Amino acid sequence: MTEANTLPPDEAPQKLKYYQKGTFTVGNRLVSEDERAVQASQDRSNALTSGHRACQGCGEALGARYAIDAAMRATGADLIAVNATGCLEVFTTPYPETSWQLPWLHSLFGNAAAVATGVAAAMRVKKKNTRVVAQGGDGGTTDIGFQCLSGMFERNDDVLYICYDNEGYMNTGVQRSSATPPTARTATTPAMGPEPGNVFGTGKFVPKIAVAHNIPYVATATVADLHDLEHKVIKAMSIHGARYIQISVPCPLGWGAASCDTIKLARLAVECGLYPIFEAEHGRVTHARKIRRQVPVREYLKLQKRFAHLFRDGVDDPRILHLQAICDAHIAEYGLLSEDDELSGVPNGA
Amino acid sequence: MLKQIEGSHAMAEAIALCRPEVICAYPITPQTHIVEGVGELVKTGELENCEFINVESEFAALSVAIGASAAGARAYTATASQGLLFMAEAVYNAAGLGLPIVMTLGNRAIGAPINIWNDHSDAMSMRDAGWIQLFAETNQEAVDLHILAFRLAEELSMPVMVCVDGFILTHAFERVDVPDQAQVDAFLPPYDPVQVLDPENPASIGAMVGPEAFTEVRFLAHYKQQQALRLIPAFSQDFAKIFGRAAGGLLRPYRIEDAETIVVAMGSVCGTIKDVVDEMRDDGVKIGAVCIVSYRPFPVEELRQILSSAKDVVVVEKSIAVGVGGPLADNIDGALRNLDKPPKLHSAIAGLGGRPIMRASLRRLFQMAVESPWEGAHFLDLNEHVVGREIHRVRKTRRSGSTAENILRQLAMASELPPG
Ligand SMILES: Cc1ncc(C[n+]2csc(CCOP(=O)(O)OP(=O)(O)O)c2C)c(N)n1
Ligand code: SF4
Repeated sequence: MTEANTLPPDEAPQKLKYYQKGTFTVGNRLVSEDERAVQASQDRSNALTSGHRACQGCGEALGARYAIDAAMRATGADLIAVNATGCLEVFTTPYPETSWQLPWLHSLFGNAAAVATGVAAAMRVKKKNTRVVAQGGDGGTTDIGFQCLSGMFERNDDVLYICYDNEGYMNTGVQRSSATPPTARTATTPAMGPEPGNVFGTGKFVPKIAVAHNIPYVATATVADLHDLEHKVIKAMSIHGARYIQISVPCPLGWGAASCDTIKLARLAVECGLYPIFEAEHGRVTHARKIRRQVPVREYLKLQKRFAHLFRDGVDDPRILHLQAICDAHIAEYGLLSEDDELSGVPNGA
Repeated sequence: MLKQIEGSHAMAEAIALCRPEVICAYPITPQTHIVEGVGELVKTGELENCEFINVESEFAALSVAIGASAAGARAYTATASQGLLFMAEAVYNAAGLGLPIVMTLGNRAIGAPINIWNDHSDAMSMRDAGWIQLFAETNQEAVDLHILAFRLAEELSMPVMVCVDGFILTHAFERVDVPDQAQVDAFLPPYDPVQVLDPENPASIGAMVGPEAFTEVRFLAHYKQQQALRLIPAFSQDFAKIFGRAAGGLLRPYRIEDAETIVVAMGSVCGTIKDVVDEMRDDGVKIGAVCIVSYRPFPVEELRQILSSAKDVVVVEKSIAVGVGGPLADNIDGALRNLDKPPKLHSAIAGLGGRPIMRASLRRLFQMAVESPWEGAHFLDLNEHVVGREIHRVRKTRRSGSTAENILRQLAMASELPPG
């Protein structure tokens, strides 16, 4: 990469703060080249080319392109991807078309982690440095593929597993997964009965379970903060062993949201505290992404039809308060609220 | 080298000689000694340049093999019974992706009721998945078929299952000639994948296929298995040249010259059947046997040729397609269809869940085929008394409890009764 910082020392660019809107936005043009996003570079790998069949505004397509391009950059494009069944697999590879510009293998819904283990093992015997990424939706990761995933963590296989969390089984028509938030309407948790939508008390937050496996690296990320997402993928590729990144990827179709609101929703999910963004290494949470200004969860819910029943007849469902309590608990647990938005160490609170 | 050795260990040594690069399996009786054996060879360094991966399930075991194979490594796994069913989805997947994985199946019944003993239900459950399925009669053959399996799998880019009767072969100590490395190397070239995950030449493997191409894909899978009908005998000949003994082949006829009754079977029971054939030949009965080695692909032409001259064909098999009868008998029926004068087919289900198949019972069965042939599936050595009691019980009351437990109780009661 070229050293583009030709300004005299006193005019050197200030340390960057990536705010996503308003006057704080820092465009890539103003950033020195080595700090620019992978996607800002003209010679990026374009691992996932355009022309695939994702819905407009699909967060998963966006997340996958940024994540895999970053991983390609980090590995000098010496990378193999394994993909679970799900939207990402279906919309990128309807035979005879493929949108992938790297070696890519789809086997089944529930075995991406194990297949990736096999690929990594093959690379070891072949004495190749080729790295391996496994990827899947939240269903393929937190539910049906969870056993293989846990096995891969436990063996500390040299695989980065990326979960694109759109909070449901979107490929089969928006059913509930164990990552679907409480109260959300899905095809299997319809907005009917005395407590419409998904029930409270179920589900699992796999990043925390990944941390409990003591693997070298765990992170959550979001398509609202692509620079952070790229940074985490690149960091993950600098580490060997089992790594897990879960990316919040809003799904306009499944969430009943406007295609243009994908990024906004991803950001609001973080800013209300529902989706904590953090990093953990070897079983300890090391960093959490601070929230500058907590947004009431109501603001986030209102934009999505899957939560419309919470606002029926202009009256707020009392369970919104319950959701708010979950957000507040995350904020306390990960120490997300602070004056300063720098990444900072938090005690091992998670 | 000739060794007095446990079947599983002989197979483990043979597998190691094939230089697998990734081995991943999950323990299940009666397959365990095989993977323990290869695991030990990897750990001691005897089997070099091989990754032995311990996983959390059979589903993961075959999935790891799938990843390894697609990435260009020679991959091996083994399982049995419930384990095979647990990996079922990946079994079909490995075949659909055309990955030349070799798997040993230590044949065992499938529960419930849970039963660890031998029969062929597990192999039959996956007979249409697209794997080549070879059945070993002896431990020598089990050893040889593994070597053949890797060659065949890689030549066709298709997975191969080597089926060995649980306990009867896996746990038996026998004299086995375990080949040496030079022989195996002469027979089995290094794995040269037809499709591989390679960053230098990226390809997408496992794309989604719609109605416009799926039929063609399945046709080609079928076509490839038909090629195996030619390749298996050819490789068997190659094998004989290098190892000095025949291995594999599609099937093995035994004393079929002028035979009016021919018995067809697979696996270790063929040995007992041959003994009975010998005895009956001594008594002047015109009887012979055919031992099928390759169940998939099914050697239709070869069977037609051999069986068309017989009057009666008796199929003895260790599995039951519930509601239909014997799956092997069904396949043979299909093979004999359209013959001008097809032999009469008699189907016998034997040895389920480890029930011993005795010479005397077989002899009675074959005699019956000659003298008073039967229709439909005959269950060899069925205890008609307990079955009758159970049917009666079920008719009498809805809440009759578990069949297996009732039968065991009846058997216990019967054994307490004075003889007579
Ligand atoms: C064993 C098995 N069960 C069910 C399915 C059907 N199926 C395919 S994709 C999918 C849901 C995918 O959801 P997720 O992993 O969250 O990915 P998304 O489509 O939301 O990106 C399901 C249920 C399958 N392919 N295999
Ligand atoms: S359903 Fe959702 S995840 Fe699937 S392609 Fe559409 S927007 Fe993307």
